[in-house]
Parts: sequence; structure tokens; C-alpha cells
Amino acid sequence: MNIPKELKYSKDHEWVKVEGNVAIIGVTDFAQSQLGDVVFVELPDELSTVKVGDGFSVIESVKAVSDIYAPVSGKIVRVNQALTDGPDLINQEPYGEGWIVAIEISDSSELNDLLDSDAYAQLAAEGGH
Amino acid sequence: MTVKQTPLYETHLRYGGRIVEFGGWSLPVQYTGIKNEHQAVRTKAGLFDVSHMGEVVVNGPDALGFLQRLVTNDVSKLERNQILYTPMCYKHGGTVDDLLVYKKDADHYLLVINAANIEKDWNWMQENAEEFDVNLTNISNETAQIALQGPLSETIVSKLTDVPLSELKYYWFMPEIEIAGKKVLLSRTGYTGEDGFEIYCSPNDATYLWDTIMEVGSPLGLLPAGLGCRDTLRFEVCFPLYGHELSADISPIEAGLGMFVKLDKGEFNGQETLQEQKTNGPKRRIVGFEMVDRGVARAEYPILVEGSYVGVVTTGTYAPSLDKNLGLGIIQAEYVKVGQKIDIEIRGKNVSAQVISKPFYKREGK
Repeated sequence: MNIPKELKYSKDHEWVKVEGNVAIIGVTDFAQSQLGDVVFVELPDELSTVKVGDGFSVIESVKAVSDIYAPVSGKIVRVNQALTDGPDLINQEPYGEGWIVAIEISDSSELNDLLDSDAYAQLAAEGGH
Repeated sequence: MTVKQTPLYETHLRYGGRIVEFGGWSLPVQYTGIKNEHQAVRTKAGLFDVSHMGEVVVNGPDALGFLQRLVTNDVSKLERNQILYTPMCYKHGGTVDDLLVYKKDADHYLLVINAANIEKDWNWMQENAEEFDVNLTNISNETAQIALQGPLSETIVSKLTDVPLSELKYYWFMPEIEIAGKKVLLSRTGYTGEDGFEIYCSPNDATYLWDTIMEVGSPLGLLPAGLGCRDTLRFEVCFPLYGHELSADISPIEAGLGMFVKLDKGEFNGQETLQEQKTNGPKRRIVGFEMVDRGVARAEYPILVEGSYVGVVTTGTYAPSLDKNLGLGIIQAEYVKVGQKIDIEIRGKNVSAQVISKPFYKREGK
């Protein structure tokens, strides 16, 4: 299981990479392996705003439909349009080309509620719940 | 309800299967990935544990009469060692289950029923058996079943038996042959739309047979295959799945299974309703559809035409062999024409789709 040290994680299996005031968000290697082959990603509109915990995207694998929840509040400033034609990027490169959105962080204190890689590794080891 | 394990449960863990609960059973949804396993079955071969399926033996002088009353297809047409697919209906025409009937002898049949329906079917059969001189035995717990599916199936099984398999035609079986030294019932049937076999064996032999088949098949590309691709494979060839395209509320005529309803064979459960539906046309039908806009239809999503509800999705998913998002749904009969524009309501939004012909996939040469 690949859990990069430098990222932060939500309990809902998203990873967050903070670059200045922007959070880049995707789903973890554990999440993509649990989902199986991703066949469809429903992306949010650019410039829409989300609150922490909002479902902003839906990832569908052959068998499963999963909501993706915002790990931080803010404005969606970029959306990975490559997922429209290549949803399987989420399986192939969950931490790279499979990123989903970038959110301009409106309340940086929310970052404190996220897990570090060790805490997330433990969550994943327990089966993800 | 306790979740049951098949005799191959430990084997699935050993092969890296991801276990889920299905119809009261712990079974692997996938090993390496649904698309990968799906592709293996279409082009090479896949091995499935279907031990959860139920088996009921029907014995006695009235066996044929009982079965003719119980199911909609004509069991009298069967020859010894031949198999029949048939719906089994309630008196009102809704479907109790769909099953396979194996004729072992004039007074001896084997019925293979869906796992989730074993108890219900058993009670229904008991109730219907009252006026017949027959003995029913539920041998589900003493029977393991392995399905080997895909174009290389015959090549693989041939490495494990001396019996010439090319003589075994589709929907026929060999009641007792040896595979890898184990006694099995070998049936040329399946639920994938590909050539293949279903192997009925003792639970004690299941692991040995599984391992041996994997050992001779792996070099040819055989993969262990889970329930996930079992569903996508059957979906592409539009085989109904009980609880989706067939139910107590959906008759075989509505499901498009009229060819398995023989109205002229004598009295049977559901005859009157099915006769009426066949004569006048059913008010609803199962259709196939393709998503036109982006989205994946899923079971129970509403189907609309020009803003009005006309039906509901029964199965929807990505179809790996066609690389498209497709669906099956039950809709009002006036909207079943190929090319009909429909909308699927996905998470509150109408996403456009259109009716296409079934099946979605056909194997070459068939």
C-alpha cells in the first residue's frame, strides 16, 4: 500500500497536498484498490464552492458508486478534466495524474483535522473504517 | 442471518480474492480486477466458484408431471442427459426463480436454483409436490460447483480427463465422469455467453479440483474469476439475473423469455396470466439501453420519457467488452422500440440514453 509521507489524509480516504493556499485532492491508493476498476468520474464545476464534508464528486467503478467528500472548504479552482476520458487514471496513478480537484482553502484551520500518513496507514490497516 | 461459506472459501483467500457478501454467502467479488477477469473469460478462460447455487433432486413416478406443473418450459422434450433452462412461476405469473432442469432418467431429475432463493424455492416445490408421487431432496449443502468458462475451457478440461469432450454439446451433461481422478457431473452450460462447463462435485473434492484446473489452465491464461465479472459477462449477453430482470413482480413474458414458456404443454403455474400476456403483449418489457450522455445507470434508477416516469433500471453498469455504459430496464411497452430516446435519472439529473437491441454481445460463430 502506497501512503506518501508528505500528504495529509481524510478519514474518507482522500489525500490532500497543500501548495500555498491551494489543496490538491485525490483518492488514496487504498481507496482505488477497494473501488476496483474506475469507469466513470462525475466532476464538479470549476469555481463552485464546497464546504468540508460536502460530496463534490462521484467515482464509479464497475460495481460501486462512491461519493468523494471535500476534505477542506473553499473554491474549486481546477478540475482534472483528463478523468473524463481516462477515469482509470485513478487506478493507475492515484497520487499523480489521477488527482481530482484543486481547492482554494478558505479556512486553513481545517487542515489540522486531517490525518498524517502514519495515522492514515493505521486506518487503512484496520480495513478503512 | 449468518453468512455462509462455500467449501472454496479458504482457496479464495489463498488466491487473493476480495470477499464480499452476496445473497447470504461470502464470495470473492474479484481477484485481480473485474475488467481483467472479464476479458480473460471472453478470450481465454476464467474459473468461478458457484457452490452457493442450490440443487434439488426430484425422484419418483410423477417426476415429469410435477415438473410440468412447476415450470413454464416443456420438460417432456428433454432426453436423458439433456438440460433445459426454464422460469418457474407463481399462479399469478410472477417469477419464483429461473433454473436448470437436468434429466438423469425418466423418474429422476436434478434442478439447479439460485442461491438466494433456495429456501423459498424449496417451500414452493414442497407445496406443489403434495398432489404428486415424488420425492424431493435438497442436496445444496452436499454439492459444490465450479464453473470453467471461456473459449479455452474444453482444452483445459481435456488435459484432466480421457473422455472426449467435443461430443458433449451445449446444454447436455455427463452424469458421472472423472476429472483429475475425481467423480463429477460435467455440464456444458454457463452464465457468461461463452463456451464452458459447470462441474458439480463433492465439497471434499472442490479445492483439489480448483487447484488442479488452475495448475493446468494458468499457462494458457486461465484466471480465477469473481462475482463481479460473472455479473458483467451475463449482463452483456442479457441473461436475466433473478431479483433484477426477473422477480415475483416480473413475469418471464415481460422479461422477454417467451421462448421458455410453452403454453401448449398442458396445465402449469401461471399459465393463464402468461397466456394473456403472450396473446395481447405485456404492458411492460425488459429493454436494453445505451447511455448517450455521460453517466452510469444503476439498478433502481428511474427511467423517463419526456419528463414522465415510464420504468426503472434493473441492471446498469459499464460493459467491458463493448467499452460502453449500458443498461437493462423494465419500461412501458409503448417505449420499447430500438432508437427510443429515454432519460435515466442519475442522482437527481436526467441523463439521456436510448433503447438498443439485445443482446449487447454475442460470441463469434453464435
